[in-house]
Amino acid sequence: MIFTSAGFIAAVIIPAVLYYLLPKKAQWPLLLIASIGFYFAADKRYLIFIFVTFLAAYICTILMGRIDLKTKAYIDSNKDKITKEQKKEVKGRAKTRKRIFLIIGLIIALGILCVTKYTNFVIDNINLLLKDGSKIREMNIIVPAAISYYTFQTCSYVIDVYRGKTTPQKNPFKLMLFVSFFPLLVQGPICRYDDLAPTLFGEHKLLEKNISTGLTRIIWGYFKKVVVANRIAPAVIALTGDTDTYKGTFVFVAMLFYAFDLYCDFTGGIDITIGISKVLGVDVKENFNLPYFSKNIKEYWNRWHISMGTWFTDYIFYPVSVCTPMLKLSKWSREHLGQKIGKRVTVYLASLLVWFTTGLWHGPAWNFIVWGLMNYVVIMASQELEPLYAKFHGKFKVKDKPLYGIFEIVRTILLMSMIRMFDCYRNVPLTFKMIGTMFTKVNLKIFSDGSLLGIGLTAADYIVLAVSFVIILTVSIIKNKRGHVISDNAFTLRYSLLALLLMGVIVFGAYGTGYDMTQFIYNQF
Amino acid sequence: MKKKIIASILIIIFLTGGLWFLQRLLMPKYQGKIVEGAMIEEYYKETEGHDVLFIGDCEVYENFSTMTLWEEYGITSYIRGSSQQLIWQSYYLLEETLKYEKPKVVVFNVLSLKYNKPQKEAYNRMTLDGMKWSMSKVNDIKASMTEEEDFIDYVFPILRYHSRWQELTSDDFKFLFEKEPVTVNGYYLRTDIMPQGEFPDPMPLDDYSFGENAMMYLDKMTALCKDEGIELILIKAPIEYPYWYPEWDEQVSSYAEENGLTYINMIPLSEEIGLDMSHDTYDAGLHLNVYGAEKLASYFGQYIVDNYGLEDHRNDPKYTKIYEEKIKLYNKMIEEMNNITEEE
Amino acid sequence: MEELIKILKDLHPDVDFDTCETLIDDKILDSFDIVSVISEINEEFDVVIPAEEIIPENFNSAKALYALIKKIEDED
Repeated sequence: MIFTSAGFIAAVIIPAVLYYLLPKKAQWPLLLIASIGFYFAADKRYLIFIFVTFLAAYICTILMGRIDLKTKAYIDSNKDKITKEQKKEVKGRAKTRKRIFLIIGLIIALGILCVTKYTNFVIDNINLLLKDGSKIREMNIIVPAAISYYTFQTCSYVIDVYRGKTTPQKNPFKLMLFVSFFPLLVQGPICRYDDLAPTLFGEHKLLEKNISTGLTRIIWGYFKKVVVANRIAPAVIALTGDTDTYKGTFVFVAMLFYAFDLYCDFTGGIDITIGISKVLGVDVKENFNLPYFSKNIKEYWNRWHISMGTWFTDYIFYPVSVCTPMLKLSKWSREHLGQKIGKRVTVYLASLLVWFTTGLWHGPAWNFIVWGLMNYVVIMASQELEPLYAKFHGKFKVKDKPLYGIFEIVRTILLMSMIRMFDCYRNVPLTFKMIGTMFTKVNLKIFSDGSLLGIGLTAADYIVLAVSFVIILTVSIIKNKRGHVISDNAFTLRYSLLALLLMGVIVFGAYGTGYDMTQFIYNQF
Repeated sequence: MKKKIIASILIIIFLTGGLWFLQRLLMPKYQGKIVEGAMIEEYYKETEGHDVLFIGDCEVYENFSTMTLWEEYGITSYIRGSSQQLIWQSYYLLEETLKYEKPKVVVFNVLSLKYNKPQKEAYNRMTLDGMKWSMSKVNDIKASMTEEEDFIDYVFPILRYHSRWQELTSDDFKFLFEKEPVTVNGYYLRTDIMPQGEFPDPMPLDDYSFGENAMMYLDKMTALCKDEGIELILIKAPIEYPYWYPEWDEQVSSYAEENGLTYINMIPLSEEIGLDMSHDTYDAGLHLNVYGAEKLASYFGQYIVDNYGLEDHRNDPKYTKIYEEKIKLYNKMIEEMNNITEEE
Repeated sequence: MEELIKILKDLHPDVDFDTCETLIDDKILDSFDIVSVISEINEEFDVVIPAEEIIPENFNSAKALYALIKKIEDED
């Protein structure tokens, strides 16, 4: 389901109105019904998948919780009788038993994800090795919408219960709501149970503040999504589809267009999600923090798709880096390969795994894997270059000059946008080749000979895009400076601007006949 | 708090007013260009009822001069025609018109029976956008939508036409609130002449029987007229192309017989009517020009006066003033049209 | 405690770890630093800090981190 369909808008408005009319006790059950209905409307077969994932998480966490309670009760009642060693042993045994349920839960949830999303990718790759005639046929498997998001969200809950960070939710319906909360079922973000639960299951009064911030986010999101992303997406597809015509400087244009497109599409979609949740009184954590103002790649990844980045850090990077074999390896390397290398081994290996899986998570294709690895290379390179930077800054003292800051921002945007071209082209070698032509076949004439009018954008479209760009940039700069754009007290100003913006979206939005193809770019992930 | 309420009300007025204005601005203006899109709306300016109501496609609104019917027989008539008007659209337009008036005779051109399913959005729009809101319009939209269309786009046409901001012309501002008439009582006149040429040979069809859906609406139309005590006349205008298959003709004949209706296929009557297709058509025989339309109206008027005993209103003070104006408009249109034709 | 401060100082010589209590909140230590610190601690104190203990509260100050080490040592 896409945010701009009439069905989606109706599916949001009706529960939102009922939400405040019904008794407050009925609020979260209503959300559950709406969420199931929402998923059902998308495709009723999806429900089986999400239900199995939920059920596995529910049973495993309940059993883990029971083990914890029993262990605690045993230790408490035998406080004086058992020694410290015995206590440790009991705890250790409990942990081992809990681990069994952790593994079962994760295998089921991740198993469904892998089978539905990656089976054909594996088959394709095996087929590359097989001779003609003995090739395996691709399977016809449905990939449930948003499966990557809800699976990761569920896994984080199961792991948090295992770690003792979260107490298991005993009410299965509440847990089902956590797994399936509908605003998150379009394109995330991946929420943590402890962050979401208090407001998700809480009782909410109709608050003007929630409505105003919620509506602001929703309309602002639609503006970015419908006016900019939908308009520019066909141009990106045109530019990256015909690689014979559009090479050299066209690749550079495509790169910038895609950067603008993806930003508006993804942050716009998340604005809508957070806005809808806010209207319902549910607090969803921010997924972006003005990512294009980052001064380096590491910072960028702390500000772009935050929920995904922290997920990989907390559940892959840390556990892998501090597990016993890794610590042993680290020790061994220090002894045998020297301090310099030894110190790096852990971080390098764990990061490699993180970026490989991040790439794979984005989609079953080598393009995404290579994209992930490119990020890895750039991050590690900049890590290694840090002493050099320090030297440079020690000498030239430009670090605090505003112009240098802008240089760093532009550099980061260009670098990230270039790596991202792996999303766009058909395959990996082609992407490398096209990026190469950007440097070898510079052709500035394309800006004056009208070729940019042949990619599905009219002069009027360019004007709308330029004006939108200025608006988005201005709002971002204000937000960066003050932390907010319109003060909460400026009631009339806020709603007047929103009314204007809404009219702008309706008139200048690229939607309706001829714009159907623009499903969310992030939808499929 | 009080301030907030006032501000809210003002902002809501600003928003709805703004959207209403933008919608009017962005909806296509059919004046002067594709006039077919402006016809349906014009009906609501009528102040008095009519004896005869025509419904159907271009074979009614280009072929029957409503002013000839008035001048020669004192018959008041109106054509609720529109481009490629499909039979369910004719039915719902009839249903809607009956809310405003009760004609004695309804004339339906049967060519559209050949369409059993929704055809094209553009034609739907030209027929539907001009209708005022009523259950008839709602049902009409539902029956007419192609698979790609959404009901909501009819409720808020701005959602469909918003991208016209790129194509706005001075006409969009000129006709924002006031629209010039494009027809006289639904009759769209032309004065240019282009003699009839050769039509391609008819293609044999796999199946000659009319679709179930189309026939269902013919049934509904028949029933509605019966309930209201209105005479329903089925006609096929004297136009040879698009081809009117004998198999189709038979089906309508037997339907009329079964239901006690009059059906007149005018194609063989061309000579009797006095049509000269080297002079009376403006587009090589597809539609009549004003000379042909006046002849046809003269012929058909005589027929309904003879058979349905319609009153002559020419001395009825209720109508004389109104029709004086209409005749003036009619003559002005002929004059303007002549000027255009001569310029060309 | 002194050994711990030394480990941290090696990573960021310009930070006053005795007083700073926002090492994570102010993004002074990033994930790479944390992993380095944990492996150094493993070496120095022979203590394994498990992944579930990597939360801001335990790493925001040298003091908190030291308390964590003591707690794990104590449980062993």
